[in-house]
Amino acid sequence: MTTQAPQFPGAPVVRREARDKVTGTARYAADRIPAGCLYAWTVPATVAAGRVTAVRAVDALAVPGVHSVLTHDNAPRLQEPDDPILAVLQDERVPHHGMPVALVIADSLEAARTGAGELHIEYERDPHDVTLTEDHPGLYTPEEANGGFPAVRNRGDVEKALAASPVQVDATYRMDALHNHPMEPHAATAEWSDGHLTVHDSSQGSDKVRGSLAQAFGMSPDHITVVSEHVGGGFGSKGTTRPQGVLAAMAARHTGRPVKLVFPRAQLAEVVGHRAPTIQRVRLGADLDGVLTAVSHEVVTQTSTVKEFVEQAAVPARVMYASPNSRTGHRVVALDVPSPSWMRAPGEASGMYALESAMDELASALGLDPVELRLRNEPATEPDSGRPFSSRGLAACLRDGAARFGWHDRDPRPAARQEGRWLIGTGVASATYPVLVSRSTASAHAAPDGSLTIRVNATDIGTGARTVLAQIAADALGTDPAAVHVDIGSTDLPTAPLAGGSSGTASWGWAVHKAAADLAARLAGHSGPLPAEGITTTADTEQETADESPYARHAFGAHFAETAVDAVTGEVRVRRLLGVYAAGRILNARTARSQFTGGMVMGIGMALTEGCGIDPVFGDFTAKDLASYHVPVCADTADIQAHWIEEDDRHLNPMGSKGIGEIGIVGTAAAIGNAVRHATGARLRELPLTPDTLLPYLL
Amino acid sequence: MKPFGYARPASTDEAVRLCAAGPGARFLGGGTNLVDLMKLGVETPRVLIDVSGLPLHRVTRTAEGGLSIGATVRNSDLAAHPDATEHYPALSQALLAGASGQLRNAATTGGNLLQRTRCRYFQDVSKPCNKRLPGSGCPAREGTHRDLAILGHSPECVATNPSDMAVALAALDATVHLLGPEGERSVPLTEFHRLPEENPDQDTVIRPGELITEVVLPPPVPGAVSRYRKARDRASFAFALVSVAATLRVAAGRVEHATLAFGGVAHRPWRARRAEAELRDAPATPAAFQHALIAELAEARPLRDNAFKVDLARRLALDVLGELTERQPARTG
Repeated sequence: MTTQAPQFPGAPVVRREARDKVTGTARYAADRIPAGCLYAWTVPATVAAGRVTAVRAVDALAVPGVHSVLTHDNAPRLQEPDDPILAVLQDERVPHHGMPVALVIADSLEAARTGAGELHIEYERDPHDVTLTEDHPGLYTPEEANGGFPAVRNRGDVEKALAASPVQVDATYRMDALHNHPMEPHAATAEWSDGHLTVHDSSQGSDKVRGSLAQAFGMSPDHITVVSEHVGGGFGSKGTTRPQGVLAAMAARHTGRPVKLVFPRAQLAEVVGHRAPTIQRVRLGADLDGVLTAVSHEVVTQTSTVKEFVEQAAVPARVMYASPNSRTGHRVVALDVPSPSWMRAPGEASGMYALESAMDELASALGLDPVELRLRNEPATEPDSGRPFSSRGLAACLRDGAARFGWHDRDPRPAARQEGRWLIGTGVASATYPVLVSRSTASAHAAPDGSLTIRVNATDIGTGARTVLAQIAADALGTDPAAVHVDIGSTDLPTAPLAGGSSGTASWGWAVHKAAADLAARLAGHSGPLPAEGITTTADTEQETADESPYARHAFGAHFAETAVDAVTGEVRVRRLLGVYAAGRILNARTARSQFTGGMVMGIGMALTEGCGIDPVFGDFTAKDLASYHVPVCADTADIQAHWIEEDDRHLNPMGSKGIGEIGIVGTAAAIGNAVRHATGARLRELPLTPDTLLPYLL
Repeated sequence: MKPFGYARPASTDEAVRLCAAGPGARFLGGGTNLVDLMKLGVETPRVLIDVSGLPLHRVTRTAEGGLSIGATVRNSDLAAHPDATEHYPALSQALLAGASGQLRNAATTGGNLLQRTRCRYFQDVSKPCNKRLPGSGCPAREGTHRDLAILGHSPECVATNPSDMAVALAALDATVHLLGPEGERSVPLTEFHRLPEENPDQDTVIRPGELITEVVLPPPVPGAVSRYRKARDRASFAFALVSVAATLRVAAGRVEHATLAFGGVAHRPWRARRAEAELRDAPATPAAFQHALIAELAEARPLRDNAFKVDLARRLALDVLGELTERQPARTG
C-alpha cells in the first residue's frame, strides 16, 4: 500500500521498469524463445552493385542443424511493401553492400552462422558509385525532403541582398554518415499459428510494423500481432519497419516453426538506416548591427537507389531567424549505398550544425557577442510561413543559459585562454525541434476492486513511457501514478503511433488524458459499487489532431559548451555542456532530464568522435563495430547540465507539452565547434573534430 | 563461432604439451581479443588451452632488483601493483590507458603481448588481408588506413600493434620469457614483435607451441623518471593514434640516459634507437629533443591519410621529454 501523496505531471517519478531492466527480467524481442524455435542468420551482399548469379547451398545445408536456406529463388513472395527496403530476398538485384541476399535457418544460432559461412554466393558486379561530392553529376532537386517539406523555398531575393550586405559569411560544412547504433540490435521472433502471425519485434511502433507486415504478406492486420514490450533504444532506426520482422516471418512461414533473427552489430549499419552525409553551404548577409538581411542554406546529400530519403537539413533555417530574404534548398544524389533514414532529429541535427556554426562566424565577423547576435534576429512570426509562434522560448533559453553558464565573463578573443597545455574556449548555439503530434487511441478502465488500467499501444524505447503515461492518467483521475496500471507495447492494445519525432508522449498522452478524464467524469457520476465488468472509457484524438495548427509550434533551446583542446595533440575534451530548453510543460523532471542529457551526449559524439565513411573499393561502411565507430564514453562527458524554462503554451495538447527526445542533439555540435574555434582560433568546418583535424592549426 | 575443444592444464609443461599435440591450438588468457576474433571468424582454433589458471599470476622482485611479471597477471592488477606504480610508472600509466576497466580486469600480461592488429580489413573475413590470408593482398594501403602504420611497414602490410602495455615495456627494456617444446628461452621485448616484411601473418617471433611464462623488467635506472602518454580519438576506450613511452635521466643539463618508444605507428612497439643515440649526452633542451625526434621520424613513410601521425609523434614525444626534464629529481653534487 502506498502512502505517497498524489504526484502530478512534472514530478520526478522513477521509471517503473527500471528494476526489471537492471535485474535482467525485462524481456526484449530476442528474449522470446518459443518452443521449437529456429534461428536465422542473414548473409549480407559483399558487392555494392550487381546481381546474385548463383547461390550454392549444398555445403551450408550439410552443416549439422541447418534447416534451410532462403534466397530470392525460394523465399516466400511478398506484395510490394510500404517501404522498398523491406523487399528482401525478392530478386537477384544487389543495390548496396550489406543487402541481405540469403537467410540460413538452423536449430541453433551457431549452426545458422556456420551454415552462412559455408554458403557460396556468386555475383555479377556492376561498377558502383558510393562517394558523395558537392558537384556530383547525378545531383537533382527532389520534390520534398523528409517530413514532407518542400525541397526548395525562396523568399525575397537572396543573391541581391547578399551582394548588398556589408557583412557576409559564405561557408561550407561537411559531415560523414552517422549511425544510430542503439544498444539493442534490431531483432524479431516470428511465429505463425492457424494463419495468425505473431512477431516480437524491436521497434519504435508496433502498429506501424503490423501495417508493413500486413502489406508485405498481403494479409489483414487483424491476423497479425506485433509486440514491442521493451526496446533498447532506436534513435529513429526502429521508427520505420526494418527487415528483421519480414525475414523472420518469411522464415517461419517457410519452415512452419517459430524463427528468431537478430542482426549482428557488424551488419546493422547497412540495414537499419543512417544519418546521410551532408555538404551544406550557408551564406548569411547582415547589416553592421548584425541584423540579418539574407539567409541561404543549401544542402547536398545522398540517398540510395532503393528509395529517396532527403535529410531535411535546410528546414530549420525556415524557423530560426528573421530575414527578409531567404533561400533554403536540398539536392540529392542516388548512390549505391545503404538507404539513409531517420536518426535523432533528422534535419535539425545536421542543419543546425551548419546554420549555428555560420551564425558564430557572422558574430566573429561583426565583432558581436554570439548570444546578442541571435537575440537581434528574433523573428516576430515564423520566418518562412508568417504564422505566429504558439510560444517561442529561444531568447529566454539564451539569456537563462548565459547566466547559468557564466557567459558574460567571456573574453571574446580567440585563443586567449590557456591552462597548462590546454587551450580553453566557450561556444554557444541555438536548438529547435518542431512540435509533432499524431492521432492516437487509448482506453481507461476502473475495476470493481478499485484498480485503474490504461491501455494504449505506446512503445517504451527507454524514455519511460509507462511512467509518464501513468502520471498523465493519474493527473486526470486525481490519483497517485502508482495506482495506475499501464499496458503498452502490443498491437492487441488500442492503436497508437510510434515513438518518434519527439511526439510519442504528446500523441499517446493526449488520448490517455482524454480517456482518463472521461473515466473520472464517469466515476464521479457513479454511486455505489462498480459493476462486475468495471467501467471502461475509450478515446480517439482523430478530431483533435486532424487540423493543422494555425500556430508555428516548436521547442527551442540553447547549448553552451566549454572545451579544452590539448595544444600538443589536438585532442578535444568537453569540460562543460549546458542546455536550457523551452519545451512546454515538462511532465517528468527525472526522465526528461535523462532525454535531454542523452541527446547532448549524442551531440558530443557528433562533434568529436562519430562519423563513418564508405570504402570506395568495397562500398561498405568502414566502421563495423563500437570499437571503431566511436560513441562517447563516460570519460568524454564531464559536467553536463540540462535546465528548462517554464512555458505555458495553450496551443499544444491538454498536458501543455512539447517533445523533448531530440532537441538535446540539435546545435550541440555547433556549440562545441564554436568553443573549439574560440579555444584555438581555428574554424573547422567538418565533423568530427578529431585530433588529426586540429593538429595543423596548433603551434 | 565454430565448435572447438577446451582444455585447462594444471601446469605449464602440460600446457605446452597439449599445444604441441596438434595444429590449431591457441592459448587462452583473458580472451578479450582471441574470443572476439573467434566471433568474427578470423580465428578458428581447434582447441583452446586455457592458461589463466596456471601459477603464473604473481608479480615478484627479481634477485637483480627488477620485476618478474607472470603471464597471467591481469592488466588491472599489474597497473595497481605498488612496484609498478612506484618503480615503473610508465608501465602502470600505459596499462591504465588501455581498453576499459572491464577489459583490463580480464586481460592478461601474456595475452596483451599477443593481441592482434585492429586493422579493419584484418577483422573482416569478407576482404583480402595478407595477415589473415597470406597472399590475398592489402586493401588498407589504398583504403582506410588513418589508424595504421607510418614506420616499418611493407608493401604486404601496414598494420599497427595495438598494445599500450607493450610500448612501455619496450621503453623499459623488458624481456619476454618463453617455454616451448624445446625448453625455455628469452627474447628482448623489442625483438619479440616483428616488422611485417613479406610475412605479416607472423606478428611475433614466438615459435609454434611456445607459451609466454613471464615478462621480466630490469631494475629501474637510478634517477631516471618515466612517462607514458597516449593520443586518441576519445577520452577512453580507444586505441592510440600515437603513444609515447620514455625514460629520462638528466645531469648537469645533459641527457645521461634516455629510452623512447612509440605506439600506434608500426607493426611493433617502435623503439626509437636513433633518437636515443642522438639524445645521449645531448643538452636536455627542446631544440636537442626536436633534433633527435626529427632524426628518428625521418624514416617515416606515411600513407595517404595518416601523415598527421608523424607530426603527432614528434609533438607528443617532445612534450613528454620536456615534462620528464622538468620532473628530474633534485640531486646534489
